[in-house]
Amino acid sequence: MVDASTKKALAQITLLKTKAGPRDGELWVQRLKEEYQSLIKYVQNNKEADNDWFRLESNKDGTRWFGKCWYIHDLLKYEFDVEFDIPVLYPTTAPEIAIPELDGKTAKMYRGGKICLTDHFKPLWARNVPRFGIAHAMALGLGPWLAVEIPDLISRGIVTHKEKDSGGDASK
Amino acid sequence: MESPELIKNLQARVKELENELKCLKSSNSAAKPAAERRGKIAEMSSEVVDSNPYSRLMALKRMGIVDNYERIRDFTVAIVGIGGVGSVTAEMLTRCGIGKLILFDYDKVELANMNRLFFQPHQAGMSKVDAAVNTLQDINPDVCIEAHNYNITTMANFDHFKNCLKNGNLKTDGQVDLVLCCVDNFEARMTVNIVCNEICQTWFESGVSENAVSGHIQLVKPGETACFACAPPLVVATQIDEKTLKREGVCAASLPTTMGIVAGFLVQSALKYLLGFGKVSAYLGYNALEDFFPTMALQPNPQCDDRYCLEQQASYQKRLSEMPPEPVKEAKEEEQITHEENDWDIQLVADDAASEETAEVTPTLAPGLRQAYTLPAERTVCAGAEESVETTEQSLDELMAQMKGL
Ligand SMILES: [Zn+2]
Repeated sequence: MVDASTKKALAQITLLKTKAGPRDGELWVQRLKEEYQSLIKYVQNNKEADNDWFRLESNKDGTRWFGKCWYIHDLLKYEFDVEFDIPVLYPTTAPEIAIPELDGKTAKMYRGGKICLTDHFKPLWARNVPRFGIAHAMALGLGPWLAVEIPDLISRGIVTHKEKDSGGDASK
Repeated sequence: MESPELIKNLQARVKELENELKCLKSSNSAAKPAAERRGKIAEMSSEVVDSNPYSRLMALKRMGIVDNYERIRDFTVAIVGIGGVGSVTAEMLTRCGIGKLILFDYDKVELANMNRLFFQPHQAGMSKVDAAVNTLQDINPDVCIEAHNYNITTMANFDHFKNCLKNGNLKTDGQVDLVLCCVDNFEARMTVNIVCNEICQTWFESGVSENAVSGHIQLVKPGETACFACAPPLVVATQIDEKTLKREGVCAASLPTTMGIVAGFLVQSALKYLLGFGKVSAYLGYNALEDFFPTMALQPNPQCDDRYCLEQQASYQKRLSEMPPEPVKEAKEEEQITHEENDWDIQLVADDAASEETAEVTPTLAPGLRQAYTLPAERTVCAGAEESVETTEQSLDELMAQMKGL
């Protein structure tokens, strides 16, 4: 079940209109624009709510995305590189978000550091094709994953705070 | 041919040759020298002698099960995913003397895989396809094996994957005879599905549940039976209440037993399909807790989301109408899946089971089966729900720059 805060975050993310994937030429450009619009709005909302937690950018054709996500635990900021490819069948199939540096450190990951999603993610995604986009995948997939896994990884001493990260301003 | 495409193809070819070379090198230097491999056997013989690896298979002919077993050598089978199910599938087909196998996987062998069959600890770190090729060629050097170490769901590999299925046939250089999908995720299944719909390729889907106590195989003949996108995936209902299923701390469990059983079902059905004996079920489920094996027929959905599926449905209907009306199909005992239309209003982000059950299409399924989830009949946003993006004057470059500047 999606918790109340995720639901609230989800409700604020603008929906997309164009059903197009990377094989669809001009339509894909249209879709990409919508992705960026939705992501920009989401990050802006997060900043306003003092809940800024990721940055993303893509290659020129929008098929490969990368950036950073972070999680604040006991006032310390833990930052991770995040990446994913847009699958050929996007948006019918959701992107598989990965944090490669945590690969092998938690059982809640598939090969290559792809995060393990809850049972609710895929049905929810399938029911909302093509209106859900990357911002939804972040809010519904990566957000809840970080909230559960990072405190656990910290408590088990697998993830430790890096001094250099603490100087970074989360709201940059 | 445009030059970027030419370069891409050349790069792919170089990758293939590198793989082949790696295989050759490792098979030469591995514990077992290649010299220990038996020589190739030109023709399958039914002679019952200790040295004939095919005598027990050819005996199927004498027993009247299979008309012409040696036809197995004419067939090309592609296996997508060389994990717990796919590797065992590949081994079975290799031992059966299949003509050609084309393997796809991008994973490496890990010690965490050792609860499953086939791979061995000394192979840890090797790519699954390379490790598999070595073992399979040791078992049966008569089988022609081609292997590709990449992820089929990304743009970079999709076309190459499609061409392999389209042109990989050992005998004809045309389409392969059968594709067996042994992957562990929805994305790759959908990718196999779309490619097979595009090129009208018959394939089997297979799967083992994440709690390791159920599994299934499904035959997809594009246009004739339901494709993987026609309806939400079917799952075998176990008595475990989804809400009490503990998933804390792990993604998935796995048992060598369930995977071996599903691989056995898969290859059995593949053999029946290729060699034309027995009956092949469109869907065969396995509930390990109850020892229950539901089967059912699956009709394609005229509202399928994939346009190639719709094209294949139309051409199948055309083929049917052109056929002489003689073979009256035997009465099907199996229940048929129906895709009733409904015009209920669907909540946008319905998440609780109650609303799902009341508001959506529930097709008639064989007992013991259920859908992984339900889909709204019409995917339209209710008035007043969340807002959609507005048309923007900004260019993509401007939006990218804006995102970077946040
Ligand atoms: Zn379909």
